[in-house]
Amino acid sequence: MAKQASITQDGTITEALGNAMFRVELENGHVITAHISGKMRKFYIKILPGDRVRVDMSPYDLSKGRISFRYK
Amino acid sequence: MGMARGRIQVRTESEIELLRTSSLLVGRTLAEVAKLIQPGVTTLELDRVAETFIRDHGAEPGFKGYNGFPATLCTSVNHHVVHGIPNDDPLQEGDIVSIDCGVLKEGYYGDSAYTFMVGEVKPEVRRLLKVTQECLEDAIEEAVAGNRIGDIGWAVQEHAEAEGYGVVRELVGHGVGSNLHEPPEVPNYGRPGNGVKLVAGMVLAIEPMINLGRKEVVQESDGWTIATADGLPSAHFEHDVVVREGKAEVLSTFKWIEEALGAVKLG
Repeated sequence: MAKQASITQDGTITEALGNAMFRVELENGHVITAHISGKMRKFYIKILPGDRVRVDMSPYDLSKGRISFRYK
Repeated sequence: MGMARGRIQVRTESEIELLRTSSLLVGRTLAEVAKLIQPGVTTLELDRVAETFIRDHGAEPGFKGYNGFPATLCTSVNHHVVHGIPNDDPLQEGDIVSIDCGVLKEGYYGDSAYTFMVGEVKPEVRRLLKVTQECLEDAIEEAVAGNRIGDIGWAVQEHAEAEGYGVVRELVGHGVGSNLHEPPEVPNYGRPGNGVKLVAGMVLAIEPMINLGRKEVVQESDGWTIATADGLPSAHFEHDVVVREGKAEVLSTFKWIEEALGAVKLG
């Protein structure tokens, strides 16, 4: 049975773009732009290049995402 | 859903043997179904035969009850891509039907699919089936240790798009083991050298879904069936594959299906 491609994926930050936007390389190889989620801003969680993060993708635009979690 | 975030399992040889048993049972089940495919038969009849066969072999249907799926087989006719639900509509001469079957035996899953022709099928559609099966073979060539998921996806995408066909994006292959769907996701598109690195002992269900026309798909109101947006036919073939050093090992088989189809044609 075919699986539906996930809308939530893991990736690694490759660069910080300013305005809390980051370039992320997803586990499947795609490179996307993602912004940090409001909840992470609220709690002052910092993200640096090299961090592993979880990204929520939009089904309407596969090149933009929202960073929702930073892994240890 | 977020399956992409889990850790990928590397299977031991004894686990791989159990997976092989399940995959081969799927192959035999699809062969039983193959014997019955002709104009007039309904997908519901095929489903019943499959379920009985699987249970007679001491296994459970892998799809029934999975997220609420109501049947043993996914039967996807013509412009249906995958996840078609078996029903009372008889198959017609010239149809294609892709049948996906899953089996759970001794805790391990098999998952394989084949697209069948009903009677005489138009040449351009026959070509779609041939190319899709070639895409699967190309993908299996790439499933070796040291390669990446993107190499598998690119192999399918390159061949399919060179023929002018559309590669479905929204549905993907997957790891298979003690769960039907495990990480990693195995898209049928990709860039070489990108994505998760393949390690020997990973077991992947590789399943190219290729549309005659455009790649866009829609979901139907039954909440399961996926159909091509442009209404043109779609083909689907699936094998369970163990990543090895140098050359992948295919656990499932189409040989019994092809024997059955050869026999039906002559008979």
